[in-house]
Amino acid sequence: MGMFEAILLTVATAATPLLIAAMGELVVERSGVLNLGVEGMMIMGAVAGFGVAQLTGSAWLGMFAAILAGAAFSLLFGFLTLTLVTNQVATGLALTLLGLGASAMIGESFVGLPGVRMQSLNIPVLTDLPVVGKFLFGQDPIFYISILLTIGVTWFLFRTRAGLTLRAVGDNHTSAHALGVRVVRVRYLAVMFGGACAGLAGAQLSLVYVPQWVENMTSGRGWIALALVVFASWRPWRILAGAYLFGAVTIGQLHAQALGIGIPSQFMSSLPYLATIIVLVLISRNKRLTLMNTPTSLGKPFVPDR
Amino acid sequence: MRVELVRRPQHSALFSALSPFIALFFTLIAGAILFALLGKNPVLALYSYFVEPLTEIWSWHELLVKAAPLILIAVGLSVCFLSNNWNIGAEGQLIMGGIAGSILPVVFPDFQGWYVLPVMLLLGMAGGMAYAAIPAFLKVRFNTNEILTSLMLVYVAQLFLDWIVRGPWRNPQGFNFPETVQFNASAILPEIWASSGRAHWGFVLAIVAALLVWFMLSRTLNGFEIKVLGRSARAGRFAGFSAGRLTFFAFLVSGALAGLAGIAEVSGAVGQLRTTISPGYGFTAIIVAFLGRLNPLGIVAAGLVLALSYLGGEAAQVSLGISEKSARIFQGIILFFVLASDTLIYYRIRFVSRHSDAAAKGA
Repeated sequence: MGMFEAILLTVATAATPLLIAAMGELVVERSGVLNLGVEGMMIMGAVAGFGVAQLTGSAWLGMFAAILAGAAFSLLFGFLTLTLVTNQVATGLALTLLGLGASAMIGESFVGLPGVRMQSLNIPVLTDLPVVGKFLFGQDPIFYISILLTIGVTWFLFRTRAGLTLRAVGDNHTSAHALGVRVVRVRYLAVMFGGACAGLAGAQLSLVYVPQWVENMTSGRGWIALALVVFASWRPWRILAGAYLFGAVTIGQLHAQALGIGIPSQFMSSLPYLATIIVLVLISRNKRLTLMNTPTSLGKPFVPDR
Repeated sequence: MRVELVRRPQHSALFSALSPFIALFFTLIAGAILFALLGKNPVLALYSYFVEPLTEIWSWHELLVKAAPLILIAVGLSVCFLSNNWNIGAEGQLIMGGIAGSILPVVFPDFQGWYVLPVMLLLGMAGGMAYAAIPAFLKVRFNTNEILTSLMLVYVAQLFLDWIVRGPWRNPQGFNFPETVQFNASAILPEIWASSGRAHWGFVLAIVAALLVWFMLSRTLNGFEIKVLGRSARAGRFAGFSAGRLTFFAFLVSGALAGLAGIAEVSGAVGQLRTTISPGYGFTAIIVAFLGRLNPLGIVAAGLVLALSYLGGEAAQVSLGISEKSARIFQGIILFFVLASDTLIYYRIRFVSRHSDAAAKGA
């Protein structure tokens, strides 16, 4: 396996959790809800995925458990912000804080245990193709899910009636409500989809990326996913591009650390976070572009009148 | 059955005052259920969590040690949150304050005298302030979301602290431990009442800060401006208030207080810089700010409650073998219940059964 191919593969592995979590959050935000709890749902997915895989010996069961855990955890956010109309920013933060705390406690007995790694695809001939064989035909299942997810979300949002309804709810919940759309129900479904995606992203971390349980192992990826949604100005394909860009930054700094180029490793490790800030600044300085793309009802409370 | 909200014509003063207590009550119930599920006696567990730490004088001191940074930071956050500036990077500002304040005792240990502590505290505040100015500047100048930038800067600050303590500032006589030199006596924030425990003057600073900010918020034009712009940016503009200037003000105040919390923690509780100087006070302070209903005086009480949860976690681990990490679950649950109870202030909650729903539609 060549150097280039190896780097491509690791970039994909680093990008996949960001892609999945950001794609889920994109759908949530398109419905007009800002869920800052991605980090919390992701870490709950990671711990549930690791735990169930450990118990059953099946990485697949772990993955499904993570999806369920993320979706169930997001319902807590949904109940507060949608039914009780609490402040979405504060509630999202609460979800993240609770998720980090709860996962630390649940995972306490998992620390140091060997994990169950999800098997990568292996198709004779195709996987052995030079340069692209491993990338296209030899990765873990969650990578393929992430690509299908990107295609699926694009199709859903822009080619289906339900997607149109979801975007209408996000752009003007009052009008959507007046037209008979059940705004709160649409948003509940969107929030749960976001939770399921965040959970799956967490499972990728604890079943593929580093098949282990480490406290706080998401280390800010949920937040970077949130930034990606802004960076992508709420477009699915730009999220794919952004996620791979961030994957490349992450892997690039790891390689630079390994080569020992004389810059302290802590500075290199802070690059993905600094890169996030820089791209956010670059995107948001164009005020008109941001205003044009932001779902108009994003983060605003909605109480149906009857 | 369905839950339906009916907006109150006026927000309820009664529930305004009650909501933190309702939240605490439900947190205790949730905690009891959690402990029962873990197979522990819930009454015993809650006792060792919330009462046992208060039965001895030294642990009251510990309570004040933990409450000091929480109150300092949360008081600053109240200024931010009231004015709709979502600074969630207080943890990073705390770290930068701790580092900036340590310049004197680590780099110039020969300076000793009465002036050392005041200079350290001022440098700590300046460090936190400077670090908080970054998201404020990016928000005002480039319209960049301050939630994400301030949070990203926490990770950067943690890595910077790790580097400086392992690298340039490592104690050469420290057997390679990642620690700086021990601060000399004149760089240590003294205990309030040394014979009975280790509570230091950081708690007094926290009370003073709470009183000052309370006065500013409730009795000055500046405080009025914060509340007006926080509730309605448009109304604030008509009144001639500048949102940009206020964003800087809010971030600088909260950054300074977080920085002060950082250096007070380093100089009062630890006595040197280490790779970690806070168990997440900057994040827990968000909970404190909301539990205190964004009122500095309420925040003092809320800070003590959350500090108790840290002690309770340690006590429950020792006496019942429940992981001390349960404290973080408690803290998260409190915030959920606080936010949920706040709904009662603005809405009446009606439970509508399917039956009466159908009847209403028929009529």
